[in-house]
Amino acid sequence: MSQVLVSIYRYNPEQDSKPRMQSLAVDVPGDRDLMVLDVLELAKAKDPSITYRRSCREGVCGSDGMNINGVNGLACITPLTKAAGPARKLVLRPLPGLPVIRDLVVDLSQFYEQFEKIRPWLINDEPPPPAERLQSPDERAKLDGLYECILCACCTTSCPSFWWNPDKFVGPAGLLQSYRFLADSRDAATAERLAELDDPFSVFRCRGIMNCVSVCPKGLNPTRAIGKIRNMLVERGT
Amino acid sequence: MVTNATSLGRSGLFDWLVQRFSALVLLAWIAWVGTGVIAAAEFGYPQWRALFAAAPMQIFSLIAMLSLCAHAWVGVWTVTTDYLNEAHLGKAGTAVRLLTQTACLLLTLSCLIWGARIFWGNG
Repeated sequence: MSQVLVSIYRYNPEQDSKPRMQSLAVDVPGDRDLMVLDVLELAKAKDPSITYRRSCREGVCGSDGMNINGVNGLACITPLTKAAGPARKLVLRPLPGLPVIRDLVVDLSQFYEQFEKIRPWLINDEPPPPAERLQSPDERAKLDGLYECILCACCTTSCPSFWWNPDKFVGPAGLLQSYRFLADSRDAATAERLAELDDPFSVFRCRGIMNCVSVCPKGLNPTRAIGKIRNMLVERGT
Repeated sequence: MVTNATSLGRSGLFDWLVQRFSALVLLAWIAWVGTGVIAAAEFGYPQWRALFAAAPMQIFSLIAMLSLCAHAWVGVWTVTTDYLNEAHLGKAGTAVRLLTQTACLLLTLSCLIWGARIFWGNG
């Protein structure tokens, strides 16, 4: 066994006047690496009032996105050794830029509102064919790197443009999904989708700092998708 | 769609293109002036004055100044809408932003007119 010092953001808006950091020494097995979520579970065993979201514990559901030692990530697939380093100290905070409901649980309403804004569904008023709308392998390949997004919000909450304008800037996750439908050969609403994005905030508040790319737990590249939307807007608007 | 009345072109694409195009103009202007300075065998005030007395240079310089003003406005507008808003400053946010934007606009226009007088004036 070895010990890890875990510092956890604690805040219950109904009771606390301001947030505080709680430090806990957690014993972890010395013979294998744990994930940050495992350490959090051990911490919760010591103090059951610690609150966080988690579900699949294998990087699929996107529930346990949090700020781990200053970097957004999914606790369930972030190894302790990678996050804590040789100092063996873990600092866990909620995803930045969103209202805190309690401890590590944030209110994702603004994130979902931006996601809804881009109309994340296939729009096609043509009568559907008897079986299904077919795509060629090349057309289908255009969706790779886009459809895999699990909406964990790690990228959007690491983006300063979203922190400053959460009501106007769609954010990297929403824009990745927007391009997913713009690139889909079965979607027939390209012009309307682009028209909805051609304002000074929705897409163009992205300054290309690529925080989103560096934190995406699925290895996706929202900045590239945003660049492609911009290129489509240039082609359409000039 | 999000609308905004104080951005340069009221279109994200327009502002984005203006910022890129104006940056290229400024880069070309700096390269041209730099080449003029470096290429001269002897360089002093008379040569500097002669360089800017040529009509193509005066036209290019005015275009460069317009580019600088447009570039600056897009940047200033972005910064003021990021930081000078109700989320950061409370209810005073809108008033502070509009006042700052007005001050920046007046300063930018003053610099533009002043620069035009220098480049095109006889003094």
